[in-house]
This record gives sequence, structure tokens and C-alpha cells, in this order.
Amino acid sequence: MVKKTAATFSIDYYQVLDKDGNVDNALMPALSNDELKKMYETMIFIRALDQKAFNMQRQGRIGTYIQVAGQEAAQVGASLAMNDEDILFPSFRESGMLIARKHPIYRLLMYWNGDERGLFNEEAVKNFPICIPVATHIPHATGWGWAARLQKKKQAAVVAFGDGATSKADFYESLNFAGVFKANTVFFCQNNQWAISVPRSKQTMAETLAQKAISCGVEGVQVDGNDIIAVYMIMKKALEKARNGGGATLVEALTYRIGDHSTSDDAKKYRDEKEPQQWVQFDPVTRMEKFLQKKGLWTQEYKDKLLVQYGEQIEKEVEKFEKMPEPSPEDMFTTLYSDLTPHHRLKEQMEELK
Amino acid sequence: MVVATVVQAINMALRQEMKLNPKVMLLGEDVGTDGGVFRASDGLIKEFGAERVVDTPLAELGIVGTSIGLSLAGMRPIAEIEFSGFMYATMDQLLSHAARIRTRSRGSYTCPMVIRTPYGGGIRALELHCESGESIFSHVPGLKMIVPSNPYDAKGLLASAIRDNDPVIFYEPMRIYRAIKQDIPEEAYTVPIGKANVVQEGTQLTLVAWGSMFKQSMDAVAKLNNKYSVELIDLRTLAPWDYETVVESVKKTGRCVIVHEAPKTCGFAAEIIATLNEKALLSLQAPVERVTGPDVPYPMSKLENYYMPSPERIIKAIEKTMSF
Repeated sequence: MVKKTAATFSIDYYQVLDKDGNVDNALMPALSNDELKKMYETMIFIRALDQKAFNMQRQGRIGTYIQVAGQEAAQVGASLAMNDEDILFPSFRESGMLIARKHPIYRLLMYWNGDERGLFNEEAVKNFPICIPVATHIPHATGWGWAARLQKKKQAAVVAFGDGATSKADFYESLNFAGVFKANTVFFCQNNQWAISVPRSKQTMAETLAQKAISCGVEGVQVDGNDIIAVYMIMKKALEKARNGGGATLVEALTYRIGDHSTSDDAKKYRDEKEPQQWVQFDPVTRMEKFLQKKGLWTQEYKDKLLVQYGEQIEKEVEKFEKMPEPSPEDMFTTLYSDLTPHHRLKEQMEELK
Repeated sequence: MVVATVVQAINMALRQEMKLNPKVMLLGEDVGTDGGVFRASDGLIKEFGAERVVDTPLAELGIVGTSIGLSLAGMRPIAEIEFSGFMYATMDQLLSHAARIRTRSRGSYTCPMVIRTPYGGGIRALELHCESGESIFSHVPGLKMIVPSNPYDAKGLLASAIRDNDPVIFYEPMRIYRAIKQDIPEEAYTVPIGKANVVQEGTQLTLVAWGSMFKQSMDAVAKLNNKYSVELIDLRTLAPWDYETVVESVKKTGRCVIVHEAPKTCGFAAEIIATLNEKALLSLQAPVERVTGPDVPYPMSKLENYYMPSPERIIKAIEKTMSF
């Protein structure tokens, strides 16, 4: 009889900035004051926009909206770590990432108001359309990252998804392919503890979600998702590795969904109201404020001034959104195929709508 | 010209299209070293290398899902699903993503890819190795659905599918992979997607079929020995389908029989009949007949002869229509 240890593994966890705004100097990456301020400013911009979109849904000015609240550090940290030449495959909760990656705000509002033109990506920064079914976009990032490696491009794909997505076959098969084909892909899991009403504890018996990568021979790492510096640092490292042909990484960012699942949901039905209150102490924006204040880079006045400026900027986008002409019913047909010529049925149906 | 079977014609198309476009790649289970379980990709890994002819992990969802990503990044993936009965794991990728990417991004992203898969019964195969799901895919806006019935079309339609800028499902008639030999051009050529083929002209009845059922239909017509003047139409493409050719034919003949292997209810014949009602009702001299599989799961080999439309069943339907 032979008994031996066939494999061992461990998962590293990173936190650079703690909840009280202190940084671990041994881990702290070299970041200029401007870079630190940009992180903070982008987070409060996303928070202001997120609140505005939520209010607009309540006012009936847009349809169902999915809030980012609580996940600003994860979303902004990951986005700022990316290059414009990288591509983002977002799920429905990534409005923060999309905006940090220069997707026009008026288009984002168009999407959440039921208009596909909101997903049009005309910018140099490549953002793939939001994915509504859970986890089904993950293989696309593996394929894209695989192609980048075949084409010897120093580019990477980032796919963003939640804790619930890690229970799906799509997630596992994508990780496995990424391992086998050494795809230039970073799997960015925002573990916000809730998949609508199902808590993380019921999602899997695995100790961490990051360790699921190990089963595919892919590196897995956990990070404090409410610490923008740690998220940025770990994502930057994973992205550089991917772009340089070092293969994929699964990054599990531990964060928290402060709001309901969506504007059509009421978390009070299934979640103890004390739980989100407890997470306030770990708030990603507050801890960055404390840190910047200690460095002499933050005052209440600075923040108030920015918020006024952001409010005006967002209002302008809202105005642009509300002035957009209605889409044409022909749009449904004209972009379905590259060439409508053989699709006579479609041409007939398009005529019938006139 | 060169004599080729359907599977050899497919192999030729793959080789030629891979030579023409370095972005074309083939991926799937056993497509590399083994050359595919039916030898459709025989020799390609030697010629093009393991980066372009890829033995993937055994995961259909992963094969199609990553193909979407590959195509978004500018590659031209041809994914092989070993048997069409294993396509079901890929449906979410095809319906929720491949079919919709162009339109939901309003044209900013496209997904040119081909899914090749052997379909249909008649070879005493295992369960779920005999499925005919062509109407499932034809029902999905954004997909194209091709079912060739002979070596010439298989080669030309596959070349068209690979060059097409949209996702295409390419059904390969497994039953006749090696049953038909034909002289086909050695050089690359295309057969247009969305164009039916009037294989034989006739005046009394229109017989419509595709894929391996086209051979059954030809056999039926041969057995009838010129008793009726039958116009024989090979539909070749189901999405988009060339209804003009069928409608024009039925306006001329006044009678129509449609043959498919898939179950009757919501099978593609139903769509053809509905279209004839819209566009050729007053020309019809008899109800349109359909010869199809029954509405049951495809049986194992002991019963498959009862399931599969035979030349005899087709002749029965022709006689019924002619004597109405």
C-alpha cells in the first residue's frame, strides 16, 4: 500500500489598506498621490452615479437598475489596473467598471432604460456588452484571452462575475480551458456574499472561491475587495502575467452588496437588516478618505467640491440620455446579420412594421 | 475534378479554407491527432499544427463558449461537436450569446464561427447519437442553419459557412458520410447560403427534403419510375430558407410532400406548409403531406427503421397526395 500526499495547496489573501485607513508599508505598491486621488475620485464618482441611477429608477425615468453600492473599490481598482487595449466582459452589476472604463454614461442609462443602443461600443476602450445570464460570458473571456495569446498580443481579457457564478459549469469549463490553453485571461470574482437571496454559505462548501482555480491548474488569489489598493495591486499583477503569456488567474475580491439585488428586489425579506449596517465599517470609500486625510490629500471641502462637479457632469449626461431620439424599429432587423440579402423573411417582417 | 464522399469533401473544405485564411482554426474533441471520430479532420493537425487544429478538453459548453471569445478577437473558429445530440450543453452559448451578439451590441461586436456536427440516425449508433435538431436552431434569430445532402454541396456550403460573418450551424449527414460519391472540383468554391437546389424539374408534385433524407427522397422517386412528374428540391439551407423556390415550384405543381427525419410537431415542414398557406394557397390541389419521424425520442437501433422515413413511406405520401 502506498499512501502519500498527492497535492497540497494554499490560497493567499491580500489586504493593503485596513478599515481605519492604515496601509501595510511592506505590501504598499508605488503609487503617486495623483494615482491615489484618481482611485478615490473615481470611486466617489461611481457612487454618485449609482445613487443617481437608483433615484431615476424610483422616479420612473429608467427601468430596472442593478446597483454597485459597496463594491466601488473592487470595480474601480480592477478597472484602473486594466489597459485600454484589454477587454472587459462585464456582468449586470458592473456599471462601475464600465464607467471607469470610459463607457459613456448616457449609453449606460439608455441600456437600463431598455435600449440596445446603450451597449454600442464605439470607443477605443473595448467593453463587451453586459451579460444578463449568470456566468455565461466567462467562456468568452477565455476564448478572447486564448486568441490574444495565439496572436501574440500583449492584451488580456477580464471577466467580472459574482459569487453565484462560481457554481456554474460555465465558470469551471472556462477556467479549465484557460489553464490548458494558457489564455491571457483574468477571472475577477466579486464575492459580495449574496446571489439574490442565497448567501455565500449556501453556494458552496469550498472554503474560498479562489481555490476553485487550483482544480484547473490556474492560480487563485483572494483579496480584500473593499481595499482599492489591494485590488488594484493584485489585478495589475494578474494582468501583467496574462499579457506576458504567463496564463490566467482567478481573483476573488471579498466585498459586500450593500443594496438589494436590483431595484425590483427587497433584501429585507431574506437578509438581516443588521448585516449591511455591520459592513459600513468596512466601507471602501471611507477607508480611502481616512488614508488620504492622513497623507494630507483629503479634506471635506475637497470632497464637497468634487461632488458638486460630478453632480453637474452626471446631470449633463442625464440630459443627453433624455434627449436621445427613440430607436427605430428597423434597428431590430438591420443589425441581426451581416447581410440581410438572403433573409427575405426578415425584410418582409420589417416592411410589415411600417 | 476528384471523386469524393461527403466526409472527404468536408475534409477538403477545411483544408482549403485553413490555407486561405490563417485565422481559421478547428477545435473540438478528438479533432487533432485522431482526425475526428469520422476522420473529417484527418491529417489537418500535421499540416497546420496543434495551435490551429486543437484537441480540446471534453466540454461542449467550453468548446462553443470559447469559440465565441475566439471569434470576438478576430479568429475564425470552426468548432466540432462530436454528435449533434451533444449540442444541448451548448444551447445557452448559441441562443443567449452567439445569435445575439451582433444585434445587441448594435453591430459593434460580431461572432463569425461555425459549429460542425454530425446529425441524424440510420447507423445503429448509441442513444443521443442520432438527433435531428435542425428546426430548433432554425427557430433562433441570428443563427444560420445548413444541412448539405451530397459531397459537392457539403464542400461548397462549408466554405461559405467559414467565410460567413455570422454564426452558422453546419449539420453533417452522418448516415451518408460515405454513402454517396461524387465528382467535385478540386479547387475551392462556394455554394451560396440560402439558396435551394432544384435537382430535378417536374410538373405534378414538389418533393422537398434536405440532408440525408434527400437521398431517401431520390430513392423514392427512382422507385416510382416516372409514374409522376416530380420536382425534387434540396433545401440545403434552413435558416435562411429559400421559400421563393419552393413557392414557385408549388404554384406550378399544385402538390407538395415534405420529408424530414426530425419529429413532426414543430418540425421544419410545418414552417414550409405555413408559408405555402400564405403564398400559394390557391395553387394547392391537395393538402401538403409530410413524412417525418414520430413525436417520440429517437429510438435505439432495434426500432430505428420504424422511426426513419423510408422510400416506401415517401411513396405512400406521394400516392396519397396525387390521388386527393
